[in-house]
Amino acid sequence: MKVMVDSATMLRRNFRHTMRNPLALFNAIVMPIVLMFLMVYILGDAFDVGVDYADYATPGLIMTTICYGISPTATAVNSDMTSGFVNRLRVMDVSRAALLNAHVIATMLRSLVAIAFVVGVAFLMGFRPSAGLPEWLGAIGLVVLTVVAIGWLTVAFGLAAKTPESAGLAAVPLMLLPFLSSAFVPADKMGPGARQFAEHQPFTSIIETLRGLLTGTPSAGSAITAIAWCAGLASIGYVWARVSFTKRV
Amino acid sequence: MVDAMNGSAIAASGLRKAYKDKVVVDGIDLDVRAGTIFALLGPNGAGKTTTVNVLTTLLAPDAGKVVVAGHDGATETRAVRAAIGVTGQFASVDDLLTGEENLLLMADLLHLPKDRGRRVAGRLLDRFDLVEAAGKPAVSYSGGMRRKLDLAMTLVGKPQIIFLDEPTTGLDPRSRRTMWEIIRELVADGTTIFLTTQYLEEADQLADRIAVLDRGRLVAEGTAAELKRRVPGSHVRLRFAHRPALDLAARILPESTRDDEELTLRVPGDGGVRSLRALLERLDAHSVEAEELSVHTPDLDDVFLALTGHASKEVNAR
Ligand SMILES: Nc1ncnc2c1ncn2[C@@H]1O[C@H](COP(=O)(O)OP(=O)(O)OP(=O)(O)O)[C@@H](O)[C@H]1O
Ligand SMILES: [Mg+2]
Repeated sequence: MKVMVDSATMLRRNFRHTMRNPLALFNAIVMPIVLMFLMVYILGDAFDVGVDYADYATPGLIMTTICYGISPTATAVNSDMTSGFVNRLRVMDVSRAALLNAHVIATMLRSLVAIAFVVGVAFLMGFRPSAGLPEWLGAIGLVVLTVVAIGWLTVAFGLAAKTPESAGLAAVPLMLLPFLSSAFVPADKMGPGARQFAEHQPFTSIIETLRGLLTGTPSAGSAITAIAWCAGLASIGYVWARVSFTKRV
Repeated sequence: MVDAMNGSAIAASGLRKAYKDKVVVDGIDLDVRAGTIFALLGPNGAGKTTTVNVLTTLLAPDAGKVVVAGHDGATETRAVRAAIGVTGQFASVDDLLTGEENLLLMADLLHLPKDRGRRVAGRLLDRFDLVEAAGKPAVSYSGGMRRKLDLAMTLVGKPQIIFLDEPTTGLDPRSRRTMWEIIRELVADGTTIFLTTQYLEEADQLADRIAVLDRGRLVAEGTAAELKRRVPGSHVRLRFAHRPALDLAARILPESTRDDEELTLRVPGDGGVRSLRALLERLDAHSVEAEELSVHTPDLDDVFLALTGHASKEVNAR
């Protein structure tokens, strides 16, 4: 009960942060849209993906949007730890989980808003999903699961870093991972090495599942792999975050 | 509640804390009476913050016992935390929130009813002269305003015992005075204050008792008057143009001590206008003129030199 109340209080604080510093949200929206223009109008025709390129790239862009939106989370978590803020919470006996919960939930809401914008622009650029309501719900569910997984990992990065700046850098690899997945180019068109990596990294199975749900026939196999990856990463992130939080405070 | 038997608000015995093999707090005993101000005086790296963290349950000591408000810091952590408020050395205000939102955040985390939280926040803003800035984000506040807001946030929960880690470091003299006033008012209301400082003057102005911390050990404890008796008092320093002037002045002022190399005389005295005038008149009467005059009041360096035999330079920094 106290966890819920305190988490809600902290979430209101995170919400105000986002409204006061809209750049974080703005970046998460603008970068993927720029990327989308680049891919669809400039490079898109170079790839033969078998379907309309906007349809192919949008699921990848959803993933990219998540990745571009999380670096403020790592920075914010770290500055809460390195400023006196967390000590104040400890003395006040605020529920231990509240601070981290709020960061993850805020990250999720911010990502969903950014994704809604990006998908809206995708529609304008020719994205024509064939998904019905169940597929849309499935896609949203998977997106939420993915953000939770990446969110907890990011919180753990933020806790592990020494300074807010280095915490922000921790998110950079996440921004690169979509390019080494089937987000924009099918994995089987990549060179050796990159191809094996792309085929087996978690983002590819998540993107393939989203793609199946939105524009094709969903494949149960990739869905199970995607959910397993998310559950695994979320657990690792969660345990790592909680352990470093306990160690640090 | 404050230990009714002996009126002790904070008691610590044999506190020790080491980081790896570096001992930072080395066997500290403390006793702070309820309703008084206690100052822990020490230079950078002396272990002030570590001591505060141990006393406030933020850090577990390697050895020793802490009793705060009658509760054992190790076994009754929750009860201790409920009785205390802490304003740490590093500001814990939320920069992106406004002053008022920061206070309301505290009220929400303390689970105060909404209207009561709003009343408490309003009163604190008023009391700390932050009404005008209440709607502005804290990032736009001056150092003094941030410090005040930080303390106001601590007061939302009406703690009986307040820990202030270097409450005035980095503040200009005016903001420092305002902070002193606030601290005095708190004690007048019956609160117990434990503060750390690097300034002897601050401890002198505020504290009922002062403890001097050096490399994790208490090297002296007592009232300001008791400590000052152990420190060379204030003095006036006179510098002369040449040796004959110095010789003559030294004869006129037999209470002084001389430094032949620097051509200076050190004359004990409080440096007040009246005593300065008397001093100059004595020199004038013999037509001796000093090149330069300066007044020295004892500072932390003098205290350290007197009590430890070494200067208050930061010791064995990382
Ligand atoms: N987490 C830590 N790990 C290792 N050493 C530490 C840690 N915290 C403090 N120290 C060391 O302990 C010593 C005392 O630190 P502390 O912060 O208590 O000093 P202080 O009196 O508060 O100094 P200041 O006036 O600079 O705030 C310092 O030498 C510091 O380097
Ligand atoms: Mg300190």
